Amino acid sequence: MGNLYDKKSLNEIKNSFEKWEKETLQNWLNQVPEREKEFTNLSNIPIKILYTPADLEDFDYNAKLGFPGNYPYTRGIHATMYRARLWTMRMFSGFGGPEETNKRLKFLIEHGETGLSLAFDYPTLIGIDPDDPMAEGEVGIVGVSVPTIEDMKIVFDGINMGQVTTNMTINPPAPVLLSFYVGVAEMQGVPYDKIGGTTQNDPLKEFIAQKSYVFPPEPAVRVSMDLIEWSVKNLPKWNPISVSGYHIREAGSTAVQELAFTIADGIEYVRQLISRGLDVDEFAHRISFFWDSHINFFEEIAKFRAARRMWAKIMKEWFHAKKERSMWMRFHTQTAGVSLTAQQPWNNIIRTTIEAMAAVLGGTQSLHTNSFDEPFRVPSEFAAKIALRTQQIIAYESGIADTIDPLAGSYYVEWLTDEIEEKAWNYIDRIEKLGGMLEAVKKGFPQRELTEASYNYQRQVEEKRKYIVGVNIFEDNQVDEIRNVPLLEFDQAEIERRQISRIRKIRSERDKELWERSLNELRKAAEKDVNLMPYILQAAKAKATLGEIISALKEVFGSYVEPPIY
Amino acid sequence: MSVSELNLDELLDKASKGNLRSIGKILSYLENPYTMPESLLEKLAKMAGKAHIIGVTGIPGSGKSTLISRLITSLRKRGYKVAVVAIDPSSPISGGALLGDRLRMQEHATDPGVFIRSISSKGLKGGLSLAALTMIEAFDAFGYDKIIIETVGVGQSEVDIMSVANTIVVVTMPGAGDDIQALKAGVMEIGDIYVLNKDDKEEASKTYEYLSFALEKGDIGSSDSNWIPRLIRTSAVMGKGIEDLTQALEDHFNYIKEIGKTKDKLISRRTSMIEMLAEQLLYEGLKLASKEMDDELRLSAERGSHIFNNAIRLAKKSIDYLPESRKD
Amino acid sequence: MLSLQYTKYQYKVLVAKLGIDGHDRGAKVIARALKDAGFEVIYTGIRQTPEQIVSAALQEDVDVIGVSILSGAHIHHMNKLMEELKNAGAEDIPVVVGGTIPVIDVDELKKIGVKEVFLPGESLNRIVDVVRRLAEEKKKAEK
Repeated sequence: MGNLYDKKSLNEIKNSFEKWEKETLQNWLNQVPEREKEFTNLSNIPIKILYTPADLEDFDYNAKLGFPGNYPYTRGIHATMYRARLWTMRMFSGFGGPEETNKRLKFLIEHGETGLSLAFDYPTLIGIDPDDPMAEGEVGIVGVSVPTIEDMKIVFDGINMGQVTTNMTINPPAPVLLSFYVGVAEMQGVPYDKIGGTTQNDPLKEFIAQKSYVFPPEPAVRVSMDLIEWSVKNLPKWNPISVSGYHIREAGSTAVQELAFTIADGIEYVRQLISRGLDVDEFAHRISFFWDSHINFFEEIAKFRAARRMWAKIMKEWFHAKKERSMWMRFHTQTAGVSLTAQQPWNNIIRTTIEAMAAVLGGTQSLHTNSFDEPFRVPSEFAAKIALRTQQIIAYESGIADTIDPLAGSYYVEWLTDEIEEKAWNYIDRIEKLGGMLEAVKKGFPQRELTEASYNYQRQVEEKRKYIVGVNIFEDNQVDEIRNVPLLEFDQAEIERRQISRIRKIRSERDKELWERSLNELRKAAEKDVNLMPYILQAAKAKATLGEIISALKEVFGSYVEPPIY
Repeated sequence: MSVSELNLDELLDKASKGNLRSIGKILSYLENPYTMPESLLEKLAKMAGKAHIIGVTGIPGSGKSTLISRLITSLRKRGYKVAVVAIDPSSPISGGALLGDRLRMQEHATDPGVFIRSISSKGLKGGLSLAALTMIEAFDAFGYDKIIIETVGVGQSEVDIMSVANTIVVVTMPGAGDDIQALKAGVMEIGDIYVLNKDDKEEASKTYEYLSFALEKGDIGSSDSNWIPRLIRTSAVMGKGIEDLTQALEDHFNYIKEIGKTKDKLISRRTSMIEMLAEQLLYEGLKLASKEMDDELRLSAERGSHIFNNAIRLAKKSIDYLPESRKD
Repeated sequence: MLSLQYTKYQYKVLVAKLGIDGHDRGAKVIARALKDAGFEVIYTGIRQTPEQIVSAALQEDVDVIGVSILSGAHIHHMNKLMEELKNAGAEDIPVVVGGTIPVIDVDELKKIGVKEVFLPGESLNRIVDVVRRLAEEKKKAEK
């Protein structure tokens, strides 16, 4: 059966616990009361003073946990986990033009990162060229400007694309950036079956949280599914989607909401792909996820474990996946940007460390650790290196990675994993009743939950029911400390000029007929029920720019304007 | 906040020439009748009388705001100047309000031929209706050809506001209105034009049939015997059917101009304004009188005596608080 | 002039996201806090240009303009906004800004006329107080 405790022992423990509560505990409380009226985590779940086996009555080890590499994968998706291979240390990076980012990638590789992750600037994220009026002042600030295949080539100058895997955090323009990436890899002589990496490509969370949307919901989902379908058939090592909870969490959701909404997004995508006639085992092994790792240590660990168990169950019972790989929740994690403070910024190193430890104890496949200067700018080399070293110290010094799922069996952690899972299922039920996540997004449900949660949290902070060191407790007004943080410097205006002159040169030198034809064919294809990837690839190779390709699609699909939801 | 007669004329002049800030300020005076210069309404009325007032209402979630945004584009193409009064309720507790309708129409923010103004009820009794009516008068005076009023929900305010519209447009969507009971509420029951938005949804055809039938039978729709309420299919998101809607609006306006209904509407609009202003004045007077008589009323309530008589006394005293009328 | 003493004037605030970043969590939380504090808040949504913001501010006759920028392009965009306000003859409308702004940029922003800069971690209560004070000052200056 696998039950951890027999009835008789449990009863004895329960009785002893009650005795302890009434006598020992009460004596102590009479002398010194608890320091808060109530202890809650970031999902507002009340946390007790103590957890015992009594909290795990009927806990069936085999059903709930099992073993790593076996269903339901709660303890890990691989049997060896970090004993065989550490998680990928994948630092999210990018700024300025491709030259600057190429240099930064090489720096990080030199210092031991084991996977690449590209951050794009805002114009690239929303699919406009650097000379678009809306791009003015924004080129190269939050990430690298990559409006053409030429720019992608420069990013990977001197980096063998057949030997690295690259995550690209890009959503509506994902097919375009993937086309650039594949095009450059081809130029390097890398065959399609050796091209590895991830495109984030998760439209639903754009409407809920990140808001770098372009097209309205239905066409956005169509484009995204086109990429996935094409990718599973052509790029066997590519993860065409990274279903993301990170942005939902950063936009203010609780851990429970992050878990529920992300999994609901995943469910919607699986349904969409099945409705195209694909068999679930054809694509499910290539679905990956992306979680936040926030500051409440145990809450995050419980969330990761619950996530694995929930997804496995959904793939097996809802979608009848037959292959093991189809049931694995493979994920990348990023430590919570929103938990970092501008006040006393050096403290952020500690926060990132706690969050990174939680991600490792939660069994992540890949990890990005934030730099302490994130509240001000994209990271300096100095700060990025410390963030990378954080992961390396955890991996090589702390012993955390030396055994699998070490917190299993903890009364608190198992109780919390169950609790978070149950609450997430409640949300998923509600979303199912609304007709699934696409419908729920169109109705504004997750968006409303989010604004409510973020407002509540802010009120909690204002009223000191939740603490932030340096912000509402232990503040010290040391402005000089902040002024002295060495920030990354780069000449944004110069980079913008350079990117504009490059793109204008490309536009003037390309084969006009080929270019025009490729865009016309793309527009026509967009009006029909065909996969757009080959057309986008063709346009990319004909030197169409990102802005031109997205504009062509906007003509057919329209642009999204969100409804007012507070 | 006072404004001298001279300043007012200057402001009105600038506003008539299209200066946004001046129009914005005049609207603010109108929004708050307590700051309204005496002669303002008269000066506006002298310039007004030609506008087509379009009231847009409908089922929540039917995409009204997006539809209106598309409609504005279409009307602009035909050369009309368009004003929008976007009405949002306000919090009864704090008096504050989050006015978000504008968000969906911001693409028109820099078009000099479009003016969008958001208003909330400010906790004033009937204040919403009064502010809306006076603003309509202003937009009419400043030469806006089409004045769109967008309201949310059902209620007395809505009925008041809609009663000044020349054309009432009711927006619905597939699935929500299969049961026309949803439309048999307040203003939605007497529309001149019905719009089935989100036409791209699956159940659209079924809903269209159902609504068509209901309109033919006369179950819903305005009771004017010479105008058969039109049913237009649109998909605001995809930009479909907007031209049909615009044409229907033109047709309706031409129709009511022909039969002389526009004059009647203008008169009833101004009559409503006068009555609402009077109501507002009396209500304010009542609040002040109540304050003055606070102790007596309290005693009366405690003892349960002279309730009716005190009410009469209170009403009479309210009149003491009305402002003096201006000499002409 | 009709004068009745009962009604409190409701201050109007425009909350806008200038530039192309989509991080609207802060803007929405602040909009709501201002509403709870009795303000009429007009929220324009994301991806606004300076022209759109100024136009909305004039049409709605607001007392304060609040801008949120989390793209790092605040110096560039706020310069454009203050210029646009000047061109429209509306420099008397106080402007405040918040977002991912390093403290070293605060002086420069104040030099171009921004009344207050809210750094990450600012308390809602303080933001509301500052906005109220600025609105009151503006209204007084109008008399």
